[in-house]
Amino acid sequence: MENIQVNYEETVPMIQIRGLSKSFGSFQALKGIDLTIAKGTVFGFVGPNGAGKSTTMSILATLMAPDSGIAMVDGFDVTKHPHEVRKRIGYMPDFFGVYDQFKTMEYMHFYGASYGIPKAERDELIPNLLELVNLSDKKDAYVDTLSRGMKQRLCLARCLVHDPELLILDEPASGLDPRARIEMREILKELKTMGKTIIISSHILPELAEMVDEIGVIEHGLMRAIGNVNEIQNRLRVKRYLHIRLLDKMDEAETFLRDRPHVNKLLREEDKINVHFGGGDEEQAELLRSMMSYGFEIVSFSEAQSNLEDVFLEITRGGADPS
Amino acid sequence: MSVQKTAKAGGFGNWRSKMINPVLDKEFRLRMRSPRAMWTLFFYLLAIGLISLSAIYLTQELSGRSGTYNPEESRVLFYFLSFAQLGLISFMAPGLTAGVISGEREKQTLNLLLTTQQSSTTIILSKLLSSLSFMVLIVISTLPIYGIMFLYGGVSPKQLLLVFVFYLFMMLVLGSFGILFSTLLKRTMISVISTYGITLFIYAGTAILFFIMLSVWQQAVNNQGMTTSSYTWIGHILALNPATALYSILEPSFSDSVYTINRWNGGQTKGAPMALWQEFMIIYSVLSALALWLSVRKLRPRLKKK
Ligand SMILES: Nc1ncnc2c1ncn2[C@@H]1O[C@H](COP(=O)(O)OP(=O)(O)OP(=O)(O)O)[C@@H](O)[C@H]1O
Ligand SMILES: [Mg+2]
Repeated sequence: MENIQVNYEETVPMIQIRGLSKSFGSFQALKGIDLTIAKGTVFGFVGPNGAGKSTTMSILATLMAPDSGIAMVDGFDVTKHPHEVRKRIGYMPDFFGVYDQFKTMEYMHFYGASYGIPKAERDELIPNLLELVNLSDKKDAYVDTLSRGMKQRLCLARCLVHDPELLILDEPASGLDPRARIEMREILKELKTMGKTIIISSHILPELAEMVDEIGVIEHGLMRAIGNVNEIQNRLRVKRYLHIRLLDKMDEAETFLRDRPHVNKLLREEDKINVHFGGGDEEQAELLRSMMSYGFEIVSFSEAQSNLEDVFLEITRGGADPS
Repeated sequence: MSVQKTAKAGGFGNWRSKMINPVLDKEFRLRMRSPRAMWTLFFYLLAIGLISLSAIYLTQELSGRSGTYNPEESRVLFYFLSFAQLGLISFMAPGLTAGVISGEREKQTLNLLLTTQQSSTTIILSKLLSSLSFMVLIVISTLPIYGIMFLYGGVSPKQLLLVFVFYLFMMLVLGSFGILFSTLLKRTMISVISTYGITLFIYAGTAILFFIMLSVWQQAVNNQGMTTSSYTWIGHILALNPATALYSILEPSFSDSVYTINRWNGGQTKGAPMALWQEFMIIYSVLSALALWLSVRKLRPRLKKK
């Protein structure tokens, strides 16, 4: 019984998924996923609706058995040692309910006790957790009187009650207003500094971008790309978006640009032209030089930082228009 | 000193946390907070009160000697009340248990519960125990009505105790069935209907089965001259029926007459091997243990593959 944990010292990844597949009837939701997430990483899990994010997360949370493949949390196989896995994870489902007849404190105590934490410890711990998610002033309120955002934060506090090493958060920011999202993000940053490994799925990519270490893009049950944001951008050779502002001769410039090499698409705005550019740095410099020598009065010639949203759209072929 | 103290506190904490696990604690609290608990209690007492009042009135009317001491009347009243209570329990138990798991699934709290350290056995048994406790509370609150009958006599405390044990057993049985359906079926509505369906079958279905079997075999005996003793086994069908089982507690001689059915000619009638209600309890203990075992197995998805 002692040796159920495969011990590779510090090197054992928090999450190891190999060839994970899962079908619902004849529909294949996961078609063999491979994923490794090191300890302390914040991993953004992105993909369109129905890609298989929640399914993967349920399997990691021991709520669903995969058809084939393995999923390991901290070296424990989720199907063989679910009890050990549950100790290590805090899971926040995409949809969840609360026991409305409970007060916030009782709610936290219930889950704390369910993880076997003694009362004395809980008495100390729970106020701190409520503080972390900014719910201290609601500690005696009935759970059903909390707003949706508050319930979401309460659920996050609940995930943390047994001090898990891994947080599995399935769209923790869905349904939140912009302000609440910022708050959620602040909390997650704090958790990151606490050294937690976090796997978070979201559709709100720009918000994820600044806090995640890595992203994984899943589509139709397959991992399309894994790595840090820049890596992925390079690997997929996402085209550049150039914003060119001119003093005048906009129409002329448009015709001029249309004939240049590597220019795939033009989008005209009032005072600027957005160019969907297929070339690299050198081609870009060449384009600028040619425009200058032609005599256009260029106010600015900038490369738009293609953000995570663009990457996402690019990968999933949802569209390619720069925003 | 301090070491001893903590050890002691720990020991007590352990004892407490074994007796009242978090799920049980939660079930108790939430159940008593819901308005449904109060209404259930209220309507139950109202129903049993009305039934006993009208029964008292009727027995007094029929005997025509109102207000006089009569153990025989009191016994009839006791029988009547016992069956009424059995009916009410059989009506209440499915309603209280058929939603305990599916309800959490519908409210989307089940997944959170399943990712905690609580074992499936703890969850299922706590749900059962809390429902049972609530029903016991309700049935105990009807005890004063039985007090009236003790005033008139005709009923032994031992019989009353046995009847209450039988009630407890019925709650356990129907409760286990309710929890099983609640675990297996996704929707509470369907689970409730199925549990009531099973309950109806246990009462009406087994009775109908008994009468059909009886008439079929009697005909066979008449036509082909088979020995009557060859179909005494039909009596065992009645051991599946709670109403007849309860009757065998009230009238112990009933067991003998059932198992030795139609041996009108023989003087060698042997007594029943055991009372009808005893056989009932053995059969249904097995069934409800099976139901609970299945519920525990099916609560979480099977993760291990062979
Ligand atoms: N219990 C289920 N029964 C049948 N099909 C299911 C079930 N759960 C998921 N699916 C299907 O599996 C696919 C993947 O679903 P999943 O919930 O994992 O997607 P997702 O990536 O989380 O999507 P979203 O962004 O909308 O949350 C979907 O096509 C869905 O219809
Ligand atoms: Mg999802």
